[in-house]
Amino acid sequence: MDLLIDYVTLIGFGPTGWGWQLARATFLTISVSACAYLAGLVFGTLGAWGKLSASRAAHGVTDAYTTIIRGVPDLLVIYLFYFGGSTVMTKLGQMFGASGFWGLNGFMVGVLAVGVVSGAYQTEVLRGAFLAIPKGEIEAARAVGMGRLLMLRRIIGPRVLRFGLPGMGNVWQQVLKESALISVTGLAEIMRQIHIGAGSTHQPFDFYVTGFLLYLALTTVSGQLFRWAEGWTLVPERRAA
Amino acid sequence: MDFDFLGDTMMKLLAGVPLTLQLTAISVAIGAALAILLAVLRAVSRPGEYFVRFYVFCLRGTPLLLQIFLIYYGLGQFAFVRESILWPFLRQPYWCAILALSLNTAAYGSEIVRGGLQSVPAGAIEAARAAGMSKLLMYRRIILPLALRQALPAYGNEMVIMVKSTSLASIVTLMEVSGISYAIISETYRALEVFLCAGSIYLVINFLITRAVAAVEYRITPHLRPVST
Repeated sequence: MDLLIDYVTLIGFGPTGWGWQLARATFLTISVSACAYLAGLVFGTLGAWGKLSASRAAHGVTDAYTTIIRGVPDLLVIYLFYFGGSTVMTKLGQMFGASGFWGLNGFMVGVLAVGVVSGAYQTEVLRGAFLAIPKGEIEAARAVGMGRLLMLRRIIGPRVLRFGLPGMGNVWQQVLKESALISVTGLAEIMRQIHIGAGSTHQPFDFYVTGFLLYLALTTVSGQLFRWAEGWTLVPERRAA
Repeated sequence: MDFDFLGDTMMKLLAGVPLTLQLTAISVAIGAALAILLAVLRAVSRPGEYFVRFYVFCLRGTPLLLQIFLIYYGLGQFAFVRESILWPFLRQPYWCAILALSLNTAAYGSEIVRGGLQSVPAGAIEAARAAGMSKLLMYRRIILPLALRQALPAYGNEMVIMVKSTSLASIVTLMEVSGISYAIISETYRALEVFLCAGSIYLVINFLITRAVAAVEYRITPHLRPVST
């Protein structure tokens, strides 16, 4: 019982507790993951468009992108953006007359690096979802005289959402867990914050278990949200049946 | 392009390849054995099913880096761990990384094997039962071979993921390919060149693994090949 009280004091919101820091760290994890996921959606959409396009060049570029990114550890991609980013920024700064060292902050590095990685996976999910659309639906849309944009909005968009959402949910879980790697840049998200807490209180186990529970809560709740969204995309089909 | 630097970096990074391969091979071997055990446990008993589901839920719901840290830094908080006979292992980053990687891949692997088990045709099991096989013999001769053959392609993906996951061992000080990359980058700040070298090493390893898995798959599925005339 004492152990439990000690633990709650440690992670609670009291004067000696780490509650506020952990809450802020959780918020940072959620926001960096969400931004990276959205960045990934942009890369993924471009990637899927390139992979499906008739252009040889676009196909080659996107193929190289997904092959390289999916074959290389995410940690290396984060290092590339973290160190490479500061080199580029410093050069850019010198070009505009600023001297000294410039760098990308951890948040930006995280969004870019995890975004590029998740974009490669989202490319494949979106491509698969597009290919799952029955040919007849597209022909029908064309036959009633829909323009390309209208067809994208009314037919392709909803169908890709419906077929791609389960895969997109998996990528989101992956992004959430990958966000822990951004801690190497010093960004105080959950992983970094509990590492700091563990070091300064000499109670590493308590802190790592707390982090464990926080991540479990995040993946469980967001997984449920995605399942709920999947049900929602099925509504029109149920109505039609 | 500074080819001297690239060559020099490549040589330094190649020195880390044995450790990367070792971490992968040991944890995939332990993890696959555990995965089969977990999947069978889940299939044969109700309490076993709940246990395995909880295990998979925990390990798939949290980042691998956290699992490594929990084992490497977290366990040392307890005196009984520090005094146990396992401490000589648990205080070394090498064994902690292997333990975390194995437990992690076992969770993902057990789901793959579970898919394989579910794909075993009911007729094959009925036939085995009709021939009077005991449950153990049936698992050994009929169910597991069919299930594992079905699971192999997906397991190949898991192996590739494991190769990439071993890079996290560098955060607990192991000098495998990523660890050496980090050291070179923080010394020279030439991130792109080092990324190119390290990336191509990982790509080659992963390419060879996918090829090897495809070759094994080809060998064990003679029934799926077109008849040659």
